[in-house]
Formats: sequence, C-alpha cells, structure tokens
Amino acid sequence: MMQRRQFVQTLGAGSAVAGLGLLGGCAAGGASGAKVVVVGGGYGGATAAKYVRLFSDYGINVTLIEPNPAFVSCPISNLVIQGSKTIADITTPYDNLEKRHGVKIVRDMVASIDAEKRMVKLASGGELPYDRLILSPGIDFMWDTLPGMAKPGAQDKVLHAWKAGAQTVALRKQLEAMPDGGVYALSIPLAPYRCPPGPYERACMVANYFKKAKPKSKVVIFDANDDIQSKKGLFMKAWKDHYDGMIEYRPKHKVVDVDAATNTLKFEFNDDFKAGVANVVPNMRAGAIAVSTGLATANNRWCEVDFLTFESKARKNIHVLGDSIQIAPGMPKSGHMANQHGKTCAAAVVALLAGKEPLALPIYANTCYSFVTDEDVVHVASVHRYDAEKKTMLTVPGSGGVSTAASELEGRYAHAWSRNIWADTLA
Amino acid sequence: MIKTMKWLAVGALSAAAFGVQAEVSQVRAWAAACANCHGTMGKAEAGMESLAGKDKDELLQKMMDFKTGKKPATIMHQLSKGYSDEQLQQLAAYFSALKK
Repeated sequence: MMQRRQFVQTLGAGSAVAGLGLLGGCAAGGASGAKVVVVGGGYGGATAAKYVRLFSDYGINVTLIEPNPAFVSCPISNLVIQGSKTIADITTPYDNLEKRHGVKIVRDMVASIDAEKRMVKLASGGELPYDRLILSPGIDFMWDTLPGMAKPGAQDKVLHAWKAGAQTVALRKQLEAMPDGGVYALSIPLAPYRCPPGPYERACMVANYFKKAKPKSKVVIFDANDDIQSKKGLFMKAWKDHYDGMIEYRPKHKVVDVDAATNTLKFEFNDDFKAGVANVVPNMRAGAIAVSTGLATANNRWCEVDFLTFESKARKNIHVLGDSIQIAPGMPKSGHMANQHGKTCAAAVVALLAGKEPLALPIYANTCYSFVTDEDVVHVASVHRYDAEKKTMLTVPGSGGVSTAASELEGRYAHAWSRNIWADTLA
Repeated sequence: MIKTMKWLAVGALSAAAFGVQAEVSQVRAWAAACANCHGTMGKAEAGMESLAGKDKDELLQKMMDFKTGKKPATIMHQLSKGYSDEQLQQLAAYFSALKK
C-alpha cells in the first residue's frame, strides 16, 4: 500500500484546490488559511496565542479577543496592595504579541459563540469565523450567592480585588484611608477558587503595611474552608514570626451575605462581623462566556476538557484553558498553570490543524511564590504528567514540594519569575 | 484497506486545506514548559538562567545533581524529580541545540 507521506504529497499536489473548495469558508484568507481565535488575554489565552504562532512557524492566523487595553497580573498584585509596587509595575501591553508574533488583537468582548457554524459574535456586532477556538475567559463571580452585593454601589464599596486592575488600586486606597486601630476583614470562598495561597499572602501583605503605617490595626481572615488551603505551615510560621497578634485566622466561616453599607459580613453559622475594610472574595466559576456556551459541565461551574488537547468535552473545536477548567487532581488554579495549559493546547491545535495526532505525553510544572514580608518569600512547586489510563494529569510521585523556610533569595526568584513569565506570555 | 484510505484522505484533505505543515516534537513541548522561568526558546530575562546553547553534558549533569540532591537548590531539586533520566537527556540535548 502507498506510504502515507507519499499519499499526502500526491493529494497535496493534485487536490489541494478541490480540498479548499470542499471545506469552503474555513480556508479563506491568509497563506495557510487556518484560523485560530483566542478569547481572553490572560496567562492562558495570551500564551496560547503566541505559541500557536511559534509552533506553526507563523503559518496559522491567530486573532486574540480581549477587552482590556493591557494585561494586569494577579501574581505580584498583593504587593500593590502592600505598597511596594505600583499597578504600572504589574501591567504589560499587548503590543509585542502583534509586533513580534503577528497575533491580530481585537479589543472587544465576545457576545456569543456558534459552535455549529464555528463563529464568534463580538459585543460590538462583528463576527469572526474560526477553525479552532481557544477560550481562556478566567473566572467570574457568583454574586447570586451574596444577595446584598446586588444593591447599588455595593460592589464598589466591598471589593474583591481578585481580578488585578482597578479593584487592586481601590483596595489599597481603602487601606490607606482606614484609621489606625481599624480592622481589615478578608473572606475566602470554599475551594476551588483562583490562586489557593493568594488570600493568605494577601493577609501577610496587608499586615506588613499595617505594621509599618498603622500598628494598632488588625487583619481577620474568615475562611469558608476547614483549614489553610496552601503552604499552611509556612504561612502560620510567618504570621507568628512577623505579625504576632496582628493576624487572626478563623476557619469554617462561610460568608452567605454582605451588608456593604456597614461593611458587615454575615455567616452561615457565626455572628455577624463589622469591619473597617471588608474584602470579600466571592464564590467563583468559569467566565460567563464559557457558561453561556454550555461548556461548564462540572456542577455548572467549571469546564471539563481533554487534557491532551484542552478541547472541551461538550463542544468540538472549542478548547478551554486556565482557571475556568475543571482541574485535574493536585492542579491549582494559577497563572503559571494557565501558561502551561496555553502551550499544551497550542501544540495540540497545531497538530490537529495539520491533520496529525496530538502529542501523547504532556509534562509541565507549577511554581507558585508567595510573599510573607515585602522581601521574604515561600513557594510551592509540582510536576504534572499525563496518565493515559486515567486520561488526566497527575502529579509525578516524589516530585514537588514547598520551601523549607521563607527567604530573601526566594524573594529575588519570585521577582525574576514574574519578569520571565510576563515575557514568555506576552513578549 | 479502503477504510484506511478513507481515513488518510480525510486527514490529508484537512491538512492540505489548512496548509499547516509544522510539527511540534514532544521534547519541544516539554521544553516550552521550562520557558515560564527560563524564557521562550531558553532565553531568560534578568534573574534566571538562560538554557539556550548551553553545553549538553553540563546541563544534564546539573539536572541530575539537582535530582539526586547533590546540588542544593530552592526549587529545582523538586522539579527535576518530575522527569525521568531519559527525559532530562532529551531536554538537555534540545536546549543545547538552540541559538544563544
């Protein structure tokens, strides 16, 4: 029988035009014709956009749809709240994706997706066809679980600051305006949520600011979970070593409502708590566009995917990345992980558009640094490998772990990590 | 045979229609996972080590020393244990062949 390579060559020479005709609109425009549309320019989407271009030797057309003018990083944003970094320090423009990698950037929101016609409808009214769609919409908040937050102005008063940007700056201003002796209350939703160690780092960073500027003030953490979700021993040690008597941790405190006018948190089982500054991290789920497209098949919250390709289990030709997916065991919802999803998905999309099998053995790591003071840092790391039998990513036995102790050396690495991942994602 | 030919035809047609010829090797995809810290194509920003164009044997030795605990580290002793010796060999060869 004819060898496959030969067959492809023969067909490629004689029937490419017929093929184009057969598949109609899919192939129109561009040198290779293949069209990938990426929705969402965070760690997952921006990385996927860049790496589809790199991995296809710039042969696949990539359009990135993102409403924000620039990327603002959630990692390091707790240092903006602490005061040693500015919002400009954690902001990176999208220009290089366009200039260096030829990604077409469309500043818009997606109104709807037609999975049958492979068409994205933009909020501004335009339509974009795709051969494969990569959706990286991040998280959205389940405001219906906190009825008081629907009142006018409530969401401007009680902040989440869990999407870096205007709310990060606004929370810093609230802390600056709070008198010495005030209480900052931070509530944490039930897992899974974006960035498991993030709330405990934030408590450290707010206490770090208080220690310097408002030493009579306090931090109270209300955690809906039974215990600290990440780096427990390291955070408890930091709270004792650096902020003894300043940080109080209360587990099993689930916020069920908020009175924003009085900064009052209401709990499922415990007494109300009135704070000077209330910072509520609400329950979250996959970004709204993933939910409305019918992709959030796990509890109507998270999107189940094939971990070889990140293709949705619900819709063909739509891939989902980052915080919006139903995670594999031991896989955190983190920016580092989303960047890794982006590359794995990009390699698979290039293979599939070339008519090839996706790679069989994804292996990638997660590295997550947390600041416990403005200089001392701790980390958690893990390596994740595809398990063909269980069809999911599993942590490699014996790999990974946490810091032995907080250190300034890891503080320097944390800043180097941010410079490098921002460049890898956006430059 | 007919079945096989049909399958080939579908694969070939879509590949021809999309005109996508690129092929991403497994080791290239593994190496991309290192880029978060060590830079796209192994060229790092300040504060992290670039891996592109480094000596293959030295890279491999370093990773093996991290893995066995001979070389102290903050994080690489934990990450190196996620890869087999053979995977580390392939990664070392890949990075050493990249342009500095």
